[in-house]
Amino acid sequence: MSAAPAIKVERLVKIYKKMPAVAGISFEIGPGSIAGLLGGNGAGKSTTIAMIMGLTMPTSGRVTVMGAEMPRERYRVLHRMNFESPYVDMPMRLTVRQNLTVFGMLYGVDNLAERIEELGEVLDLTDLLDRPTGRLSAGQKTRVSLAKSLVNSPELLLLDEPTASLDPDTADWVRARLERYCRDRRATILLASHNMTEVERLCERVIIMKQGHIEDDDTPARLLARYGRRTLEEVFLDVARRRDEAREAAQ
Amino acid sequence: MSAYAERAPGFSPRRVAAMILRYWYLLRSSWPRLLDLIYWPLVQMITWGFIQVYVMQNAGFFARAGGTLIGALLLWDILFRGQLGFSIAFLEEMWARNIGNLMMSPLRPFEFILALMVMSLVRLLIGAVPVSLLAIAFFGFNLYGLGFALVAFFLNLMLTSWAIGIFVSGLVLRNGLGAENFAWSIMFVFMPLACVYYPVSTLPLWLQPAAWVLPPTYVFEGMRALLIDHTFRADLMLDALALNAVFMAGGVFGFLKLLQSARRHGSLMQTGE
Repeated sequence: MSAAPAIKVERLVKIYKKMPAVAGISFEIGPGSIAGLLGGNGAGKSTTIAMIMGLTMPTSGRVTVMGAEMPRERYRVLHRMNFESPYVDMPMRLTVRQNLTVFGMLYGVDNLAERIEELGEVLDLTDLLDRPTGRLSAGQKTRVSLAKSLVNSPELLLLDEPTASLDPDTADWVRARLERYCRDRRATILLASHNMTEVERLCERVIIMKQGHIEDDDTPARLLARYGRRTLEEVFLDVARRRDEAREAAQ
Repeated sequence: MSAYAERAPGFSPRRVAAMILRYWYLLRSSWPRLLDLIYWPLVQMITWGFIQVYVMQNAGFFARAGGTLIGALLLWDILFRGQLGFSIAFLEEMWARNIGNLMMSPLRPFEFILALMVMSLVRLLIGAVPVSLLAIAFFGFNLYGLGFALVAFFLNLMLTSWAIGIFVSGLVLRNGLGAENFAWSIMFVFMPLACVYYPVSTLPLWLQPAAWVLPPTYVFEGMRALLIDHTFRADLMLDALALNAVFMAGGVFGFLKLLQSARRHGSLMQTGE
């Protein structure tokens, strides 16, 4: 098997009403790795993820996912990928089991009943499987969303702020499950976040975005060394301020 | 060639079944939703049934044309509820903020549309069958007495309701829940022109061509021909079928174009107002 990139983004641009949300970015994510898209609000992370998923059409440039050009060839690969995002919910009136059954069928999962039981065990949902999704706590709902995103054992998992609104303990628990999944399945994960601790803990590589551009792209260790900082948060602040200072200098 | 390359899986009945199951789970978990399916058809049937009883007692023509009012009402309800059933099943995804999950899944637009059609049929039957049986019990009007004609009327009305439901779903997908009102009101734009309760000849001459562009007009004219003249107008049903083919093609084309536009504008992830 060749080591073709799981995700290949080339000169990607997305413009909304003359405002560039993503301004010509390029990167590749190798199979079996965890990469983080780091950036503040409005950096272009969610738009980039949406274009990789084929939900949003690029203004120009090209996105290739596991060899399929998105969104034109998305049906070649959609059954082998999945996602979790704060922009979507699971139907609230359906029980957790019903939701997982529906999505399992949509993704063509074999032995679905067994798979749901397995996910119930791994994500500590067994006692919640027959409860309506809408009656769960925020942390439980996040675990259900995670179960949905893993129902088809995806080779590529796209996560947009997967631990937003979770308490630190639950967030840590979710990160541990993601790490284990990636290791066991040798899956590729692209994670968009503005949580530096999360990115530092999970990602082998960090792509820092600001105002639609890639400001830096390297391993966490190299970024820390290059900026002479102890945490990614400090690196992120350096990157954010560097551009502001440059702009002020130009003015 | 990449190690990843493979053919796209084709049409999947299992995915259609998954969506039907999703709506069925929702319907059976919510008694207000079930009640809503029967409530309005029942109220309308009773109201118009009594109006018809009154008219029949006081007008010779309607005494001969027994059943046209209540027949028109029941057929209008098929058209209206068919479209509403389709649109509400779709709106459930918007209200639940689930449309992104579906659009990101391998579910294809045609599979989604097919599941919505099946659900609109299920919802319609849940409401229409008990009400049509009550129409026999209360007013002696047996819709099933129309026989094969009923099948032709039903098929044509459902096709129109689906075509409009598909287009309205596209509008909501593109414009968000701000366009939700179309789902509730669009069919009433057709009501005066489709000549539900009166013949096309009642309209001014200049307006009649517009009425004949709508497939339901042929169905309601056909119903009156059957109930008043005891003649089944197969020609009217075939004309309606041909127009419905155009309406369906237009509805699907519009939906796909609006979906494409939603992808361009990034509105699939932001489906609020």
